[in-house]
Amino acid sequence: MQIVVDLTRCQGYAQCVFLAPEVFELHGEEALLYNPAVPDDQLDRVRQAATACPVQAILLGKEVSAGAR
Amino acid sequence: MPDDLREGRIVIVGASLAGLRAAETLREEGFTGSLTVIGDEPHPPYDRPPLSKQVLLGRMAADSAALPMRRDPDAEWRLGVRATGLDPVGKQVLLADGESVTYDRLLIATGTRARPWPNADEAALDGVFTLRTRDDAGRLTKRLAAGPRRVLVIGGGFTGSEIASACRERGIEVTLAERGPGPLVGALGGTLSMLAAGLQRAHGVDLRCGVTVTALRGNGRFTGADLSDGSRIDADVCVVAMGAVRNTEWLAEAGLAAGPRGVACDAGCRAFNMYGIVTDDVFVAGDAARFPHPLFEYQMLSLEHWGNAVTQAEVAAHNMVSPEPARRPHLAVPVFWSSQFGLNIKSVGVPTFSDQVVIAQGSLDERRLVAVYGYRGRITAAVTVDMAKWLEYYQGLIETAAPFPPGPGAADGRPLVAAFPVPSNVPDPKGLFHGPTVALTGHLPDRRLTVVRPAD
Repeated sequence: MQIVVDLTRCQGYAQCVFLAPEVFELHGEEALLYNPAVPDDQLDRVRQAATACPVQAILLGKEVSAGAR
Repeated sequence: MPDDLREGRIVIVGASLAGLRAAETLREEGFTGSLTVIGDEPHPPYDRPPLSKQVLLGRMAADSAALPMRRDPDAEWRLGVRATGLDPVGKQVLLADGESVTYDRLLIATGTRARPWPNADEAALDGVFTLRTRDDAGRLTKRLAAGPRRVLVIGGGFTGSEIASACRERGIEVTLAERGPGPLVGALGGTLSMLAAGLQRAHGVDLRCGVTVTALRGNGRFTGADLSDGSRIDADVCVVAMGAVRNTEWLAEAGLAAGPRGVACDAGCRAFNMYGIVTDDVFVAGDAARFPHPLFEYQMLSLEHWGNAVTQAEVAAHNMVSPEPARRPHLAVPVFWSSQFGLNIKSVGVPTFSDQVVIAQGSLDERRLVAVYGYRGRITAAVTVDMAKWLEYYQGLIETAAPFPPGPGAADGRPLVAAFPVPSNVPDPKGLFHGPTVALTGHLPDRRLTVVRPAD
């Protein structure tokens, strides 16, 4: 599974950093860095983070598979 | 074309963020016909912002930034093949492999590419890079990991500054050369450019402003560059970050209002033809689009913003499957962000559409502030540095054309830090290595057709 964070919307509440620190990290005070490819063992934590995000900026989903129709 | 807009054949040219979000939206809006997405890169849609940040820092692999789907758009993906032409009469997109794809309605979402170094021989030197695609990022990251003595970054826009930031964080010596008076000046004007310049120097960037790079040197392998002030930079990696070129050349024979500034369209994302007549079946979204925005005197905006690619794609897709009365305008206020040297910079509105700027909260010394931009007495933009939570508030002021400067207490009850607004010093983009993120060009004649609520 992949994630993308809408950083247009992100306000640096950092709920995701507390809930899934292996995927999300703050760089400085409020710049968010994250790993778009979610390891399987982090999926539950990332789902919680997506739910908890106060501005609902985290999208979790499958990537387009090549050759898909 | 079928009478029912939810049927028929839709082709999207461009398989990046705008193309993907448009495809999803078409299905969300009930489109049941055939959908084809054409992309010149061989990869499924991926996210570009991490390429100049997490990827260069070595925190994630360049090939792991695939975009998640909101829903499967049930599309045929023709990836790795470039669209080379458009036949608007026969309604066909011509492809580089000699095939063609027929459409009833077309969405142009071909975006931009990195502006190359103008001297092809010098650009071909081993060690000279641009950064736009995930393949670019993979190659550059590998070279940074090998521990170069010095990296030369040409261009002090957002991408160039982010590259310099990543290099310094990796402990690599960096020289950044910018033709204009300072980094980020083209997008943010003089005041925040001072902050950016101080930030870069404090982090050890060898910042050279007001100079041009006259030649890249090397014999097969890049070894350094000559600057217009007579100095020479010895470096083994060069990143050309001189802004973007819009991918519109393939439309040269299409009869559309397409050129270096993008494809002109109306506020509903319908492309104009070369006579300025709006088309019914060709739409455009994302970095390739040029559209009029009422908040900015209907000037045609070309935005290279992640958020604009999403919202404009959604509007375009909606209008592609909706009859005239149900169509929507693309009126989103532009927002973008950049993270560099540990700071989070966000912008709302159009900072280049300004004549004055005032620091409304925080200060340059704290490196934490809100700069508010005004044009002829109304607020047109705000930029936050590590104060992103305030962005929405200022967006509201921009949308309601609130007076500039914002009154004392407009934000957090404190008096304005800088009591007097100063000129925003947005330079002529011609004098910069980096293009402005927002380009303002010309007017549209139909402004009387849109109602704008006065500020009072």
